[in-house]
Amino acid sequence: MEKVQLFVTCMGENLLPDVLQKMVLLLERLGVSCGFPEDQTCCGQPFFNSGFQKEGRKMALRWMAAFADTEGTIVAPSGSCIEFVKHRYPAMFPPGSAEHELALRTAERVMEVSQYLVNALKVTDVGAFFPHRVVCHSPCHLTRGLGVRNEPLELLRAVRGLELVPLEAADTCCGFGGIFSVVYPEVSRAMMASKLEQIVASGADVVIVSEPGCLVNVRGGLRKIRSDVRAMHLIEVLAEGGAS
Amino acid sequence: MTLPVSKIDFRENSRSASPAIVKATQNSTRTALKKRAEVVDEFGEERWQELRRAGHEVRLHALTHLNRYLAKVEQNIVAAGGKVHWARDAEEAKGIVLGLASRHGVKSIVKAKSMVSEEIGLNEALEAKGIRVFETDLGEFIVQLAGQHPSHITAPALHMTKEEIAELFREKLKIDARPVPEELTEHARLALRKEFLNAGMGISGGNFLIAETGTLVIVTNEGNGRMSTTLPPVHVAVVGIEKVIPDWESAAVLLKLLARSVSGSKITAYNTFITGIREGGPKEFHLVLLDNGRSRILADEVAREALMCIRCGACMNTCPVYNQVGGYAYGAVYQGPIGSMLTPLMMGTAIAGGLPFASTLCGACAELCPVMIPIPEILLHLRKRFVEGDAFERPSVPGGLKGMAAIGRRILGSPALYRLGARLARIFQAPLRRGDWLPALPPPLNRWTLARPFPAFKGDFRRWWKGHTATAGSKEGKTHE
Repeated sequence: MEKVQLFVTCMGENLLPDVLQKMVLLLERLGVSCGFPEDQTCCGQPFFNSGFQKEGRKMALRWMAAFADTEGTIVAPSGSCIEFVKHRYPAMFPPGSAEHELALRTAERVMEVSQYLVNALKVTDVGAFFPHRVVCHSPCHLTRGLGVRNEPLELLRAVRGLELVPLEAADTCCGFGGIFSVVYPEVSRAMMASKLEQIVASGADVVIVSEPGCLVNVRGGLRKIRSDVRAMHLIEVLAEGGAS
Repeated sequence: MTLPVSKIDFRENSRSASPAIVKATQNSTRTALKKRAEVVDEFGEERWQELRRAGHEVRLHALTHLNRYLAKVEQNIVAAGGKVHWARDAEEAKGIVLGLASRHGVKSIVKAKSMVSEEIGLNEALEAKGIRVFETDLGEFIVQLAGQHPSHITAPALHMTKEEIAELFREKLKIDARPVPEELTEHARLALRKEFLNAGMGISGGNFLIAETGTLVIVTNEGNGRMSTTLPPVHVAVVGIEKVIPDWESAAVLLKLLARSVSGSKITAYNTFITGIREGGPKEFHLVLLDNGRSRILADEVAREALMCIRCGACMNTCPVYNQVGGYAYGAVYQGPIGSMLTPLMMGTAIAGGLPFASTLCGACAELCPVMIPIPEILLHLRKRFVEGDAFERPSVPGGLKGMAAIGRRILGSPALYRLGARLARIFQAPLRRGDWLPALPPPLNRWTLARPFPAFKGDFRRWWKGHTATAGSKEGKTHE
């Protein structure tokens, strides 16, 4: 039996628990057994990317310790957190050190959920039904960082009833950017507004934003402009009307 | 706009950015990116990536052997009848140019486009001595006429519309100008023609310096570079030391990358190669090699790759932040992602520490950069410098923020405190909560809610997981040890 360890991420756990629950149920339905290392907390990205690299390194060591004695692929509903572990952890520690070795081994184990479904499980059709017009935003760290461009689209194309329409400038940043959103809120807002404008112009009912930070940003933005368009994580769509 | 000497407030600058400038900027960058994508497509994605790798190699090699190639440049230029001057900083460079101008009794100067001359404030220094300076690149001519500075490194006037330019010409040149680009160009051409012939000196920058022959390379699309460096009796080129490349083969690679990245052309209209003194050209050729902090950047293993930049402007065109604020918000001669690296590198993070944070680390710039500068990497490096300090600088971040980060790390780094914090957030949010949302948060989190509500803290995943594994326990759901 396939086994994964859940990397729930801070934003996932505290702001989007539904996404996590649906991810667990979906994975189990596909025959995957899930583990949840309960000592996991933040991976350290918010510290490291704000310039507090020392704090970030400490968080990284803690995070790796939480997963050290577990087996299987580490899966998260976030490309950003996965990319941080995959690319940044090994670069944080001097080559040759025990920490670096551990970071390299850990980096080998992590996958974003759409990547895991399509490339590891070799599943694109999860049996979902979702009769809506949908556009898909391409989150920066998922697409440019991890190189995951087609996997979410392949999964969406297999959803029955779903009409996937193109989104203008789909891979332009939505303006979240972690600390950026509070350091330069006006610029963040303007970037978000451009993104919302393109989403609304697409004529879709639903926009897929498969990245917790970006989802919270776009969902909040759509709420603020009282748009009827719903922002959803890919997992939420894949869980819809699924055969059990 | 030269390099700044007081703290840059990017947030304030971004708030006061003119919507008209932002709009015009977006229109111009969109066109430039579209043309770029077309020629790159035509070139072939795989070949293009190969060319980028070659460009990266060439630039990195040149930078790591700079001493050798600079010596070669000097030797070859002197052999070809030119003079080479070394300037440690802006003051020295300006002093050299002013000295040459006064020795030749120069009253007026024509200039080809040069960001380095903007960097050192050369025009202001010359004008202070009563010398008239004429920018001859169309965009530079426009911003000079308007009393402004470039808002983009390759398209100085990209923030202005043709209507604004026509009005500027009507006012300053006292002519009946219509907002037709061809006609406006013709007006500028006529205004500049006599200045080319009158000028006692031509000043240029340089795109590359080819070490093997001591050749200065200047690319322009208007031919003004060639006129500025040919017609006046004295030509002075002010060039940063990082512009050196080994040989003509390197130039072939970089010129291909540059033309496509700047404006989506296969080749720049005018490629001028100047090797010392030549027949029919100026009687004197002077090269001023400018350091101005570059050798210090070179000593920084991570940041040195920023010096590979060939000033194409593609990072700015594609940057979603630049496109929302325009060039002036960066408060310095270089803008966008390249500016967010160079300004703090040259002036220090005490002055420009806010710029590396003016990025979402989205990586769009690094994806286009023709010489593959790892821009997000360098921005992170500079954020660290600002916060923690390093071998080059002491930290500039307020101590209180550091304390908060340490406390934050302790809380988020301890499973017990982390869970406690999450629980407290769920309790304390109650008075602010409106359904699934927190529409307004207290400072400093109001910086988030000024743009959109924050989702309510929902902490039921761990509880759900417990229940889930309890009911499905036999299905080996729980594997945590």
